[in-house]
Amino acid sequence: MPDPTPTPERPGALAPEDGRALLEVRDLGVEFLRRGAEPVRAVDGVSLTVRPGEVRGLVGESGSGKSVTSLAVMGLLPRRSSRVTGSVRLAGTELLGMAPRRLAALRGDQMAMVFQDPMSSLNPVVPIGTQVTEVLRTHTDADRAAARDEAEDLLRRVGIPDPRRRLRDYPHQLSGGMRQRALIAIALACKPRLLIADEPTTALDVTIQAQVLELLRQLVGESGTAMLLITHDLGVVAGLCDDVTVMYSGRVVEAAPRRELFARPAHRYTEGLLASVPRLDSARGEPLRPIPGTPRDVLPWSRACAFAPRCAHADRACADPSLALRGLEGLPAEHLARCAHPARPGDAAPVAAGAGA
Amino acid sequence: MSAREPAGASPAQAGAPTGAPTGEPGPGGADDVLLRVRGLQVHFPIKKGVLLDRTVGHVRAVDGVDLDLRRGQTYGLVGESGCGKSTLGRAVLRLEEPTAGSVELDGQDVLALRRGELRSLRRRMQMVFQDPMSSLDPRQSVESILTEPLRAHGVPGGPTAWRERVLELLEVVGLPAGAAARYPHEFSGGQRQRIGIARAVALSPDLVVADEPVSALDVSVQAQVINLLEELQDRLGLTYLVIAHDLAVVRHISDVVGVMYLGVVVEQAPSDELYDNPLHPYTLSLMSAIPVPDPAVEDARERILLTGDLPSPADPPSGCRFHTRCPFRQATRCDDEVPLPRELAPGHVVACHWAEEVRDGRVRASSASHDPAAVTPSDDGAPASGG
Repeated sequence: MPDPTPTPERPGALAPEDGRALLEVRDLGVEFLRRGAEPVRAVDGVSLTVRPGEVRGLVGESGSGKSVTSLAVMGLLPRRSSRVTGSVRLAGTELLGMAPRRLAALRGDQMAMVFQDPMSSLNPVVPIGTQVTEVLRTHTDADRAAARDEAEDLLRRVGIPDPRRRLRDYPHQLSGGMRQRALIAIALACKPRLLIADEPTTALDVTIQAQVLELLRQLVGESGTAMLLITHDLGVVAGLCDDVTVMYSGRVVEAAPRRELFARPAHRYTEGLLASVPRLDSARGEPLRPIPGTPRDVLPWSRACAFAPRCAHADRACADPSLALRGLEGLPAEHLARCAHPARPGDAAPVAAGAGA
Repeated sequence: MSAREPAGASPAQAGAPTGAPTGEPGPGGADDVLLRVRGLQVHFPIKKGVLLDRTVGHVRAVDGVDLDLRRGQTYGLVGESGCGKSTLGRAVLRLEEPTAGSVELDGQDVLALRRGELRSLRRRMQMVFQDPMSSLDPRQSVESILTEPLRAHGVPGGPTAWRERVLELLEVVGLPAGAAARYPHEFSGGQRQRIGIARAVALSPDLVVADEPVSALDVSVQAQVINLLEELQDRLGLTYLVIAHDLAVVRHISDVVGVMYLGVVVEQAPSDELYDNPLHPYTLSLMSAIPVPDPAVEDARERILLTGDLPSPADPPSGCRFHTRCPFRQATRCDDEVPLPRELAPGHVVACHWAEEVRDGRVRASSASHDPAAVTPSDDGAPASGG
């Protein structure tokens, strides 16, 4: 059983740093290389931080680059066909360019990841128990029996009933919620300091989602784990995150503390997103104000704001390749947005009413 | 069971025109029931063995559902995966053969029809599927996809008239005329769903069953499709049966909402009534589990966490089917007595022995039944602090 706090003797352990951000991503860029064609820029100058015991939400739609960002942080992008630039520091240690062997020692130990679809991230022909003990045996010096006891304890902690029997079960014998719990148990096995959860509840039913979110909330609160939560669901963000980063087409368009973001969305995309979601607590018959177009209708950031083609406020000022993520007048310093015509508090939020196509 | 109708408006409710000539435009009156479902059951046999093919049990996917759907209205059916909501939708269209019960469309018994008759009735009831990519043939152009129902049902006029109709349909769902010559892969998810909707309304049906029409779409696009469905309802006088797991979406578009659990409808009420006064413990749990994009609401709300997973529909729990997970479970009745649907407010029907007690707070959610690993409301998710 590993110590609650990492000690220097453990392979790949990092020096503990207090009070500072655990994960610091600076100016991260990811390009996918294509033979005989221009590289595709999936992530462009993304910066964010996550502090111990806090949850950072990374929000965006398909193609926004949120998942690629997380894979780049974990060092899981294919080396041959992608180019990662910028800086990713975990507790002060630079991860980009780190030797694969050292990085592998960190993954699963200091940082772990929970994926969206537990069925495709668990090995279908290996019992759950073995998949949990594998992590423990790789990263700690626990022997077989100790690892099994620890695995049983982990399954119990994530709320899997009758864990001793479940250890022998294969993934297909578990329900979706149980599989996701098993995946979380594996991610937590070595008490990582950073947990990246990529749409951890998207494949689950709402009542099961509530259970899993409660579990994550507790884990972060109790163990001081720093969590990066990737999701498209603004409701999940509102309930779980401390800070939120909104991405669109590979760039950060807005970053703010949770309450601040929902109370005063500044970027027109964030504003439009909030106006277009049907809310359980809004009166029936209130028309939704959708964002026209689709997330595929983008301009390259090198020419203009990528959201401009879908934005009701777009004008010539938006055709500025140097639009920066900046603080805004009248908003707290930690509220940043990349917008030429940010929404002011009290705006009527007139997102284009047309259905678009 | 029908909404917007004083008590007693239930089963035998007046003049659904039995055997009335089909295609007669509805007067839109309050008792104008287009779709009437009674005691509908769909059981799937569980087979074992290769040679003998013995039936060892049944999955009771839908196990006795009543519902009334008025012309021009929308009935929203919510529930979690495996509760039987999709099977119910398919059984209404007879894409799945019901085991028992009755389905009437405009007074016509759908289940008694022979193949040919059923085929002609299909003109009047159409379906929109969840995943527009897998429900559109990738090798057919949009024009061919939209012409198919017209040809299959012998819409008069021939190719020239059909082509005109295709362009009209594209216009109706907000796609450019140029889309006709293109193929499904050239469109985004939202546009594909528009094509699926255009196909469903091509024959001017009375009833459209939409199974998770927006759940596969990006958040910013969902609202476009929801608005389109509402717009078409007004324009074409459609009646919808919308099946979805997202209560927020269902609330938004439905006049009446039914909540399904393990093959039965546990609560049914007019949309606003259901949200203002949910009565069944399952509805309460479902509503407390849905995240609301507003930190103030999220921090303040009381969560009812359900324990465990949906029991197997092959072997549903005795008594009330929800009693194994119910936070309000009582020592008596819940385990052994099947709760019958009761109308507690006009149009508000609930199948729970203790609904009044739960409503009045005389029965409280027991913390004992909560998941030990997922303790209740506890913290507020930590207040926001600087970024």
